[in-house]
Amino acid sequence: MSAALRLHDVTLGYDRHPAVHHLDGEIASGALLAVVGPNGAGKSTLLKGLVGALKPLGGRIDRGALGRREIAYLPQAAELDRSFPVDVFDLVATGLWRRTGLFGGVSRGDHARIDEAIAGVGLTGFERRAVGTLSGGQLQRALFARLLLQDASVILLDEPFAAIDAQTVSDLLALIARWHSERRTVVAVLHDMEIVRQAFPETLLLARRPVAWGPTSETLRPERLLEARAMPEAFDDHAPVCDAHGTGRAA
Amino acid sequence: MTPYDAMLAPFVEFAFMRRALVGAVALSLGAAPIGVFLMLRRMSLTGDAMAHAILPGAAVGFLVAGLSLPAMTLGGLVAGVSVALLTGLVARTTLLKEDAALAAFYLLSLALGVTLVSLKGSNVDLLHVLFGSVLALDDQALTLLAGVSTVTLVALALIYRPLVLECVDPGFLASVSRSGGLAHFVFLGLVVLNLVAGFQALGTLLAVGVMMLPAATARFWAASLGGLFAVAIGTAVAASIAGLLLSYHLGTPTGPTVILAAGVFYLASLVFGRHGGALSRLAPPRRHRAA
Repeated sequence: MSAALRLHDVTLGYDRHPAVHHLDGEIASGALLAVVGPNGAGKSTLLKGLVGALKPLGGRIDRGALGRREIAYLPQAAELDRSFPVDVFDLVATGLWRRTGLFGGVSRGDHARIDEAIAGVGLTGFERRAVGTLSGGQLQRALFARLLLQDASVILLDEPFAAIDAQTVSDLLALIARWHSERRTVVAVLHDMEIVRQAFPETLLLARRPVAWGPTSETLRPERLLEARAMPEAFDDHAPVCDAHGTGRAA
Repeated sequence: MTPYDAMLAPFVEFAFMRRALVGAVALSLGAAPIGVFLMLRRMSLTGDAMAHAILPGAAVGFLVAGLSLPAMTLGGLVAGVSVALLTGLVARTTLLKEDAALAAFYLLSLALGVTLVSLKGSNVDLLHVLFGSVLALDDQALTLLAGVSTVTLVALALIYRPLVLECVDPGFLASVSRSGGLAHFVFLGLVVLNLVAGFQALGTLLAVGVMMLPAATARFWAASLGGLFAVAIGTAVAASIAGLLLSYHLGTPTGPTVILAAGVFYLASLVFGRHGGALSRLAPPRRHRAA
């Protein structure tokens, strides 16, 4: 199996402090990978690095032949400004960016595809509703509709099920399972270990450094989860410069 | 006084009133949509800070070349664009946020401008720069106003998608395109351009009013982005006409009167506005819908 994304000794962080430290490994093409770990473990940072929105402090992320627009990214819902007057149809339509870019028009065929994506997440009838009037679950469905339109071979999801009811979770999991069956690569940051155990064959347990990466049943063993929980959360402002890189600090 | 005397005669009889009308409408077309974006990006006070940053540039232009439109425009543009660029640069490369960076640079610009003016020892009448002269717009000034509003609308159309997406979902925009940063700088440039154009008509400080007051007014009446633009432009044009007529009949200074007229629209919307106005909040409809 070829790799969709390869990580070579990657360190990602902010202001010279690493949030993800010396991560090596590869995400196989068609993988269904869960990323778990305590708060502040660097999970969201890792996704930002994978999508190219954050430059590594050290090491290198090899995306192979994947273009920037072939990686779809679902940011945390909290990063959205829901007071902005934009409706569901327009929000979902931004998933066509890969084709339309800055100036391209939205054709009649595109309209049909947008309607189809909205129907695919069960939001038909909500097209002209402002995103500010949606519930958390409805908004997440709309964002999944956008992912459907993006039609990307790699899909990165940052906490897709935060504060979402069981019905919506199971609907969205069905979409993820469909992407997996279509041989797309899916990486999801998750907190609910039950969901991870049920739906994700492969797991990366992150606590700034990789604690374990492999089959989910191996990775989520109690002693490893305990080890991950022992991670110090605060940055140490006086940490010495890290040995393994010339560039980053150790903590 | 007949309605004709009150509302049409001043424009029919006096060329300077017609020119003022054309200038104010041109300014409204460009500045109001800019104001809507400033408001939605939570940068409502940025316009005000930028106006302070531009003022010294225009004043220096005035000192060097007298009451010359090109010199004052150029001075204002240089000061405004430098402050915008430095602010953006600091916000994106250091830990200072945009508001703190902007506050620092506009204060520096203002202090530098005032110092330069006083060093020159000239007691020129800066009232013109401060409060504008909408009743004395010459061809040059009208061309500038029309040109700026044309450039503004075209540029807004070009950067519309990244500008909107950077507000709604910056994480997503960064994942599909690198245009967010560029769109932001172009947008700041448009803010400066409109303020520089506005100081001819309304004065540096009051030019912000025709940008922000109609935008804030629109928030109470429209729920969609297109609706916001329409209501904001309509309000700005209506306030311009009302302000011109009132100042003609009452003999009040024109720039402030236009802004006060916009203020009346704003205050009325605050009370009666359909979306979140005080009345709709205080006395919500007693019966709710079944679904």
